[in-house]
Amino acid sequence: MKQHFSALLLGMALGFVASGASAQDKTVKIGVLTDNSGLYSDLGGAGSTLAAQMAIEDSGLAAKGWKIDLISADHQNKPDIATTIARQWIDVEKVDIFMDVLNSGVALAVNNVVKEKNSILIDTGAATSDLTNAQCSPNTIHWVYDTYMLANSTGQALVKAGGDSWFFLTADYAFGAALERDTAAVVQKAGGKVLGSVKHPLNSSDFSSFLLQAQASKAKIVGLANAGGDTTNSIKQAAEFGIVAGGQKLAGLLLFITDVHSLGLNVAQGLNFTETFYWDLNDGTRAFSKRFSERMKNKAMPSMVQAGVYSGLVHYFKALEAMGGNPHDGAKAVEKMKSMPTDDPLFGQGSIRVDGRKIHPAYLFEVKKPSESKGPWDYYKLVGTVPADQAFRPLSESVCPLVKK
Amino acid sequence: MQALYAQLLVGLINGSFYALLSLGLAVIFGMLNIINFAHGALYMMGAFVAYFLLNLGGINYWWALLLAPIIVGIFGMILERTMLQWLTGLDHLYGLLLTFGIALIVQGVFQNYFGSSGLPYAIPDQLKGGMNLGFMFLPIYRGWVVVFSLVVCLATWFLIEKTQLGAYLRAATENPTLVRAFGINVPRMITLTYGLGVGLAALAGVLSAPINQVRPLMGADLIIVVFAVVVIGGMGSIMGSIITGFALGVIEGLTKYFYPEASNTVVFVLMVLVLLVKPTGLTGRAA
Repeated sequence: MKQHFSALLLGMALGFVASGASAQDKTVKIGVLTDNSGLYSDLGGAGSTLAAQMAIEDSGLAAKGWKIDLISADHQNKPDIATTIARQWIDVEKVDIFMDVLNSGVALAVNNVVKEKNSILIDTGAATSDLTNAQCSPNTIHWVYDTYMLANSTGQALVKAGGDSWFFLTADYAFGAALERDTAAVVQKAGGKVLGSVKHPLNSSDFSSFLLQAQASKAKIVGLANAGGDTTNSIKQAAEFGIVAGGQKLAGLLLFITDVHSLGLNVAQGLNFTETFYWDLNDGTRAFSKRFSERMKNKAMPSMVQAGVYSGLVHYFKALEAMGGNPHDGAKAVEKMKSMPTDDPLFGQGSIRVDGRKIHPAYLFEVKKPSESKGPWDYYKLVGTVPADQAFRPLSESVCPLVKK
Repeated sequence: MQALYAQLLVGLINGSFYALLSLGLAVIFGMLNIINFAHGALYMMGAFVAYFLLNLGGINYWWALLLAPIIVGIFGMILERTMLQWLTGLDHLYGLLLTFGIALIVQGVFQNYFGSSGLPYAIPDQLKGGMNLGFMFLPIYRGWVVVFSLVVCLATWFLIEKTQLGAYLRAATENPTLVRAFGINVPRMITLTYGLGVGLAALAGVLSAPINQVRPLMGADLIIVVFAVVVIGGMGSIMGSIITGFALGVIEGLTKYFYPEASNTVVFVLMVLVLLVKPTGLTGRAA
């Protein structure tokens, strides 16, 4: 009884503090939680922090009396480390919003903490479509891409082009499993067959055993349900083992521009895959990417993950301005963001669905031949566009409890 | 059954990297009593030097096989002269911590400048393509790696176990004072030995550059496995580490076929078993 009473008092006190701080409070703290040192650090990492910094500068909020802080940390691709940082950021550092959070395993863990503590997660790096499906949350927006979208776009395009039998090379964690599951579903729905799959440990350096199994399966398409260094090494070694020369086709289900840059066009040419952002799409993306690249240490162009950090924050700032202050209430801010259409130079016009899925078009790219490329970072040819309303999982198929049926 | 042969062969290929790396470690531990945790970083440097030679100097793969080990070896000898030599006679732990620190710094510096996804290095033209063995398609480059590393391993073993120079080296480890009394410059020999071990790591790095991406963390991923190989083979045993290197590559390859999820733990399971049954390793002698 006594405990109940003190809990009640505490609740009242907190409620009082919260209401006192609302409306006119113009302080915001942004936390970029990413892989700063491991295999995904090129596609997120320091570039994501830079994108957040640019979003803050471009918003012009400082001139309007807002105080915006930015912190960043390395989650080392370990969910336990990530959740420890997340709790500390929310409880001690008073972080309002989490950006980037790549790696699906990490994202699902942070998603829970953010929901429990009523903070905000705009995930631009993780792939798993569970973030807006079974694990959806009123505090989370999944910004850039997801496994369903990748599977839907790349998978369907390849089956249509005659690739009706598949073998998967899958990274052995939440992301790989989700990507394989979603792609297999698309392939089977389109009339294709999945002949088998092999799960490899995250961060493998040798893929020859797995590639031999893929080769022996005689599948027309070898689907690479992995990312980062795992994908680049699989592609490089597949060339060595004559997989493509032998008539099988590689499907990089998740490739980033940093991967293509690292592989070089000689090895990467001809690969088909899907992204939602490319620096050379239009004037808006080119202008941003030029400014971004000038400030990057290795002059890299932004990946779609990094572009998503910028785009997500632009929208968050709009919502804050519309509310006239920072409510320090995650669910409330996300609600506001969902109610407003999104519009920025990087992803164009779009919207955020009730399940937290940000909607925009997806682009099917093909990697250029070395002879077609005009210079560094000129890598992609646009071969198809999936309209925003068809790119992602339809709400009618969703099992997210936020979707009322 | 055909698939099994293929996996055996692939295992042998990976084993040759393990063998080359663990050989370098064994040489350094056997002669200098240093647990060289910087080995992975030096392996990575070998691959990077090959990349720079090609892209900045236009120097091809074959020269890189010779030059990269020498360049990285000199770097190693500088490390030994300026830092490691002061640890002689101290507990193993100090050498381990120092080299571990060096590894982190070297990897950090490379990552700072080159990012994590790595740089491309193509297979030399002469070794492109492959041949059909009936049960598998063997890339010529992989075959070359097995043959070349086997030759290097045996040559190193011969140098240390069968030559006059090797005899001096082994004597210098047993009793440095006495060997010095014969007028042999023991500190210089130790420096050169460290250089040799480091050169072997760099050589493995050059060999792996066309297969894997040249990445700052390529060594960090490998070094723990290689340490397990050395422990299983018996710390400091030259032949032991060569044989276990190849054998574990094969065992790992088979695991990748039968139960791929366990492929990166099987080596450690074996290490635990070997340590329980024979704490000095398979070929190690009790101290």
